[in-house]
Parts: sequence; C-alpha cells; structure tokens
Amino acid sequence: MNHFVVENRFWDAEAETMPRVSLEALQLTRLRETVARAAQVPFYKRLFEKEGITPDSIRSLDDIRRLPFTTKQDMRDNYPLGLCAVPREQLIRIHGSSGTTGTPTFVGYTRKDLETWSHLCARFLVAGGLRPEHVVQVSFGYGLFTGGFGLHYGIEKVGAAIIPAASGNTPRQIMLMRDLQPDVLISTPSYALNIADVARSMGMDPRGLSLKYAHFGGEMWTEDMRAEIERQLDLFAFNNYGLSEIIGPGVSGECGLRQGMHLQEDHFLVECLDPDTLEPVGDYEYGELVITTLTREAQPMIRYRTRDIAALDPCPCPCGRTGRRMSRVIGRSDDMLIIRGVNVFPSQIEEALLSVEGASPHYLIEIDRPGALDEVTVKVEVQPALFSDKMSSMQELRDRIERKIHAYTGIHVVVELVAPTTLERSTGKAVRVVDKRGRLG
Amino acid sequence: MKIKQISMFLENKPGRLSEPCRILANAGINIVTLSLADTQQFGILRLIVQEWEKAYHLLKDAGCVVNLTDVIATEVEDRPGGLAKVLDVIEEAGLNIEYMYAFTFRKYDRAVLVFRFNDPDAAIAALQARGINVIGPVELYGNS
Repeated sequence: MNHFVVENRFWDAEAETMPRVSLEALQLTRLRETVARAAQVPFYKRLFEKEGITPDSIRSLDDIRRLPFTTKQDMRDNYPLGLCAVPREQLIRIHGSSGTTGTPTFVGYTRKDLETWSHLCARFLVAGGLRPEHVVQVSFGYGLFTGGFGLHYGIEKVGAAIIPAASGNTPRQIMLMRDLQPDVLISTPSYALNIADVARSMGMDPRGLSLKYAHFGGEMWTEDMRAEIERQLDLFAFNNYGLSEIIGPGVSGECGLRQGMHLQEDHFLVECLDPDTLEPVGDYEYGELVITTLTREAQPMIRYRTRDIAALDPCPCPCGRTGRRMSRVIGRSDDMLIIRGVNVFPSQIEEALLSVEGASPHYLIEIDRPGALDEVTVKVEVQPALFSDKMSSMQELRDRIERKIHAYTGIHVVVELVAPTTLERSTGKAVRVVDKRGRLG
Repeated sequence: MKIKQISMFLENKPGRLSEPCRILANAGINIVTLSLADTQQFGILRLIVQEWEKAYHLLKDAGCVVNLTDVIATEVEDRPGGLAKVLDVIEEAGLNIEYMYAFTFRKYDRAVLVFRFNDPDAAIAALQARGINVIGPVELYGNS
C-alpha cells in the first residue's frame, strides 16, 4: 500500500522533516511564547493567574495538561474579538466561522499570521501535487469563511494560476473548467459530486474535464466518497484539515501516500482526548482533537476543543515528514447522535451506504421520537444502476442497506428509497441530519 | 418474440405517476398498457409502449430512474379459464413467474397476458412447445 500518487516534494523541507527531538524542543519554546502572548488576553490572564501559570512554569510539553481549555462558548462570551492578544491596529484580517452551529465567531490575523497561514497551505498543497505550472479553480466561498482566502494565498505562494470561481453557480463553474482547463479543484467533497452531477445533466462527461487533482476540506467525508469522486471526475483527491478558530485550512494535510494528514506540529500542539473524561486516548484511538496554536500572534488559542473526532498515528511516514498523521475526522463530539443510547456519527451511516455497491452518496438522516423510542429514517436516492423492475429486488436492496447500517452503527434504521434529485444538493456544507426530537408540533 | 417493458421507480407521493404520463403524452406516445407495483414508500411503474426506445430516453433525460426489461406476451381467449390454462402450462414447465399483468384488446375477444420470467428465452421455448400463443411486437401493437 506504500504508493505515492504524486512525486514527493516539499515546500519547506527543513520544517516538514525536522527530527522529532528538534521539533519537540521547538514546540516547547513556542508553547512558552504562546503562554506569554495569551497572558495579554484578559480571559487567559485571569485563568493563568488562578492556576499560577507563567511561561517559565512550562517545563515540558506534558505541562500542556496544566493549561485551561478554550471552547466555542468562550469565544462567544468574548464576542467579537475579546480573545485577541494584539491591539486592533495590528490586525490586518478578520475571518469568521460559518456559524453552522450557532452565532458566528471571529478570528483576527496579523500580517505575520497571514504569512504563516499561506506557507502552511502551500506545504500541504505541494505535498498533494500542486506545482507552479498548474491552474487551480478555487470553488470555496471567498468571504468570512477561511477556506477561500486561505487556499488562495497558499496557491499564490506556490505560484500556480488561480481561477477564483468561489462557490455556487455550478453550470458556470463547469463552463470555466471547460474553457480554462484547470488542473486542480479546491472545494468541499460534496460540491465535487455536485459538479459531476451537473456536468452530466449538461450532457458532458465529468471524466473528460481537465482536473487532475483536488484538495478537499471544510466538511466530513469518507474513503468511499473519495473513491466515488475519483471515479466520477477522474482525478486524485487529497484531504486537508483546519478550522477557522485555529487558523483555517493548513492544520494538516495529506502527502502523496494519502494515509493520514500530517499535522503541522511546528505550528500547532495537538492532543487527542476522550471528550467525556478529557484524558488522552491512546495512539490510533479516536478522541477529540484539542489544539494549541504555537505561532499565532493575533489570537493565540490555548487547548481549543475542536469537537472534531479523529485518531493520531505517530508511526514515521515513508514520505519523510515528521508531523504525526491524523485520521479523517469521523464525527463531531457535538454532532454525535445519541440514538437509543448508542453513539452514532452520520459519517458511519455514509460509509455503510457507500459500501453497498452502486449506492448513492446522497442521503438524509431523519431522527424522530414519535413515542418513547428514537426512530431513524435514512432516505437514500435510488441510482439507475441499483434499480430493478422486480419488487423483490428493490425490497432486498432496502433490506441490504438496513443491514449494512446496522453493521456499521449498531442501530436499526428504516431505509426509505427516494428518487434521485429528491434530496437537496449542497453547494456548501451538506445538511445530512434532520433531528425532529424534542420539537413541538 | 420478446417485448420491451419500461420500468420506472416512483416515490409513493401524490403527483408522481402523472409526471411520466405527461412526458409521454407530450411526445404523442400512447401507452398500450401499464401496471403498478407499490409498497408504502415506493412503487414500480411498468409500461408497454410501441415507441419504447423514444419513451425510455425521454424519461431518462427527464431524470427518471428507468430501465428496460424483456417480458413475454401471450394471447388467450377473453373468457373464464383463459388465464388458468396458461398458468397450468407454466407450472408444468417449472417456470417461475416474477410478476404478471393482463389486459384485453378493445375490439376482439382476446386478452393479453404479460409475464416477467428470469430467463425469457427458456420460457418462450417452453410455452411454445406446449401450444401457448406467444405474440411479438407486430401482433401486440398492431392489435392495440
């Protein structure tokens, strides 16, 4: 399985392949600097004073566990920019979270922060095959959302040509692809499937598009979905990870081996904790990622609880990068559905669906509690390849999907087959769960 | 001697059946016969039309989930015992019917039975060997 799909190149070889010992020494130095910077923020200053935390009291990386956590709620409590550690005049950019799970939160950047961010994006883009001669279509929204601008500046660093198509108006996106022949697509994975759908409806073969690589982020997806996208669009898809509260895209990204995303640990100290006990989980075990920024100036974050569930792999990678690899995000500790007492992540249902040959990656999970018990209905689009004129075959298909979902999640659901395009296609983050429990009327 | 049947996935919701019918009507395609199998959630519409290729592409292009299946049409007298006689033969031949439906011709005292078998060629041979009148597109569309 050691198979690089692109030549293994580096953007900053020294930083990316730094021996672990040097890397950890650098992390410790930078952690102390971060504590010093964070102490400029009243919210942290108060917490640090209470616990007797000073930069000098941080003696080893293990001391991270003495530091307080930061949550989304803390950001809201300090709305809009109360967690900034620099005076307003030093800010040169303000981004915000999409507000998917509540009111928006804002994040400030200094000039150096933007420079760092651009380099971090350049690193994973180059690892994933981006070259100066490429043309890149950025189909992420340009706005408060960090995806568009973050990747844009990273691509610019590398020196490739950017088509800043932004999100939406898919027929126009496809027209741009047809005419400008981009090599690389930047978007959410579900939007890539949308592009393939729309191209087909326009009478075009999506495999005939010029795309060779794609870098996906901004939402959860699965290995099966990667295979599906690669089959439909004939390209190599790479996964990257980041979040606006920390910096945006650039926290981690895949190398050409595509067996986990290398954390950029010279800039972030990453812990993986049990979301309930807040104790570290073992290597390769799933837990919540908790991230401390090591170089952010404008808005240092101490032990930010990302709510993203993933596992860390410390095993050295053949590519030579020394940053540990993180798995895909398989769920969110706050999106985790508790169904009849069982923890279920929507991504597990997605994987179950995709494991049924030819099943559609388009689905909607509806949860209701008509009586005392939770009932889950998964609406799945019927693809032509799965359709049969025989009722028995269709019922067997439905039963097979129900059994798969049970095998993947441990819960029984009702699968409802629906006609294609019944479910809304996403142009941004996909809505895949409708939870009707506790709603009145 | 096989007949092409168009099968289509339908959600069990108001208005879903009229959509394909409207598409065919607008194209001037006459439906010879149809049958509908349904469950609480979804149904399968089965259509016999003379211009099946055109109808298939029209429905497919409209985003419907459709496929083509070979079915067998047999002609019997439209009187008590007509169907029973054919079913006896099918049972005798050891053929398994996936599903079937029937309709009558307008001007004649004949009925047409449409059968879906897993192996239509074997079924045709078995039925013909036992004297059942398996009809092809010419007889079917010519009479309708």
